Amino acid sequence: MLAVVGTIPEADFPLAAGPVEMGDQGLRLDGRVIEVTRGTAALLAAAGACLETLRQPAPFAFLAGDTGLGHGSERLYEHLAGHLGETAFTAITFHYILPVVDWHQRVFFALEEMRPRPCLIADAGFMYVAKMSGLAPAYDLFTPDAGEMAFLADEEAPHPFYTRGFILHEDSRVPDLIRRAYAHGNAARYLLVKGSVDYLADRSGILATVQEPDVEALEPIGGTGDTLTGIVSALIASGWDIAEAAVLAARINRRAGELARPTPATSVADIIRRIPGALNEIYAPDAGHDFESSLLR
Amino acid sequence: MARLRFWKRKQTPAPPGGPIDRGILVFANTSEVIRAENLLKKAGVPVKVMGPPPEIQSGCDLVIQFPLMRKLELLRLLEENRLKPLQAVPVTGPLLKPVDLFHIKDFGGHLMVRAANMKLTVDKETRVIVNVSGGGCPDVPYLAAQIVGRTLEQAPRPRDLGHTVCGYALELAFEEMERQCSRS
Repeated sequence: MLAVVGTIPEADFPLAAGPVEMGDQGLRLDGRVIEVTRGTAALLAAAGACLETLRQPAPFAFLAGDTGLGHGSERLYEHLAGHLGETAFTAITFHYILPVVDWHQRVFFALEEMRPRPCLIADAGFMYVAKMSGLAPAYDLFTPDAGEMAFLADEEAPHPFYTRGFILHEDSRVPDLIRRAYAHGNAARYLLVKGSVDYLADRSGILATVQEPDVEALEPIGGTGDTLTGIVSALIASGWDIAEAAVLAARINRRAGELARPTPATSVADIIRRIPGALNEIYAPDAGHDFESSLLR
Repeated sequence: MARLRFWKRKQTPAPPGGPIDRGILVFANTSEVIRAENLLKKAGVPVKVMGPPPEIQSGCDLVIQFPLMRKLELLRLLEENRLKPLQAVPVTGPLLKPVDLFHIKDFGGHLMVRAANMKLTVDKETRVIVNVSGGGCPDVPYLAAQIVGRTLEQAPRPRDLGHTVCGYALELAFEEMERQCSRS
């Protein structure tokens, strides 16, 4: 089962943990409706859409409301440090959260005690704090965009806001940035770098690139990186290995974006609705693949 | 001119760690930093928002660099406005500079500005903010919900609602977007 950890942009949203129901009005957790905009809600909706299509259990969410002051993030860190080991998960994806090094360390101790160890995926604020804590190599997958990749490549930057100017975050420099991040121990086992070209890499270098379909209007749409992280998380939790899942997820995310016929003003919710169609099209049984047999591996 | 040269000769070279005449104000959270920066800039104090030195970094931090000679004046002004820094200390090492490069992309009907890890996109004709992308701190989805769908003039400022470094980066993107749109 997939677990997703993140925050919801509502100050009064309580700490909540449980399976997320997918509905027409949004997501539901503990009887509360969560609007699908960007951020962790978009990640959860994308993961949920994939898992439902694959007939897998719905994602289990650990959520708290936080509008940036960090109170919800702190409640979430505290809950995770005390309760992570109570449920078995195949994969855990950590997402929007206020980066606080001390709290990250406490959660990491709880992760170290989990048996079997889940696949650890991090993006957004949790990826920032994992790198800043010096524990990036203990994670299995990071999903940065090009700007965040420059931050991972800068061994001194504690946040993407401080990435030094000589480390340019141009898409064309991504392979150099990947090398630099691994050289300084600031990358996870795998990197899936989101951009006009999606790169899959590990310590040995670039393993794969995905650049089709190329839909330029997706770049400014908030949440398209979150959906990619959600899709790859769902595929990994469903049994795919990380490298296969990353390439497949990049293709599904791009195709879902294309199917939405986007403009820079499109909402990510319109793209999420296209994910089941994109998944079925790219990974359909009549295309030589079979969900059921893949999941038994 | 002669006096200028005199002052130049008298200037002490900056120590390897950073300028000797600068201090930093450390606050409990980024929202207070943003409020203090607004207040001090309005009062005409030459301050700069910077990254904290490594020994006090906790994760999502900003500090305010200020002229050390004006420390008492600044502290009094902050206290009058119920802002109390945790520390006001001299700069002892190099501070991290925020990213100051903007990336502008024109999509025809829409314009996108990227500042650090934040992107803001506006409809060029209506000046309506149509999307916010990037970032990893929890106020980003909140700020996006507050400003998307509003014009640059109607939208609340990220500096007034934001609490994190990502929120601060979004404010920089907002300011740059205003500059870009005022040229067209």
